[in-house]
Amino acid sequence: MKKAKYSADFNNLDSIRDFVGEAAEQAGFSPKEVYAVQLAVDEACSNIIEHAYEGIPNGELEVSCKVKTGEITVMIHDHGKEFDMSSVRRPNLSRELSEREIGGLGVYLMHKLMDEVHFESSSKTAIRSR
Amino acid sequence: METVVKEFKHCNVIEVKGRVDSATAPQLSQTLDKVCEQGHFKLVLDMEGLEYMSSAGFRALLATQRTCKRYNRGEVVLAAVPTRIREALELAGFNELFKSFDDVLSAVGSF
Repeated sequence: MKKAKYSADFNNLDSIRDFVGEAAEQAGFSPKEVYAVQLAVDEACSNIIEHAYEGIPNGELEVSCKVKTGEITVMIHDHGKEFDMSSVRRPNLSRELSEREIGGLGVYLMHKLMDEVHFESSSKTAIRSR
Repeated sequence: METVVKEFKHCNVIEVKGRVDSATAPQLSQTLDKVCEQGHFKLVLDMEGLEYMSSAGFRALLATQRTCKRYNRGEVVLAAVPTRIREALELAGFNELFKSFDDVLSAVGSF
């Protein structure tokens, strides 16, 4: 299991994507799948930094990757505010431009890109892709 | 992320290069807002040099598309969108909100 700690800063998203990208390559994923893992993890971490650590200084998040051939499980731990994921409404993609909600896209993409996405209120997010 | 704005007769072309995520999307929004504030609403986003874009970037595109399409005064169209980014935009249903062209020339020609 590979682990890395980051301060809750959007400027660390680049390093986080590199970290999970390498792990996804080790799992034997194609460039398309590696990109999908990077995007899903970016969306999860962006949400943590933006919402869980909103107004909280010196936040940290820990990213760990469990790799098997053809499978990766990424776990992201934070110590920010609890967030009720069920309160995030699924964006209505068929809506007209003027009615489209600006938010909710990140969570939607995570679900579309990964096989499984779990949220735990003990401040842990896990996403898995095969 | 880097942006270069080029003014043409019928539209403006904005090259977007590098990576657009939550850290750099505000910079993209700022560039696009500035172009709109100057009264330009027919915009081509040249994405050939774009390596990565998360939903933070998608939101910047959506907000600009709204501004440009208001009063039928213009539109944002995309050009040379790299495969991975196109796939993500499609997942988000953005392919229905933005016309997309294979190259900048045909995008500019659409105005």
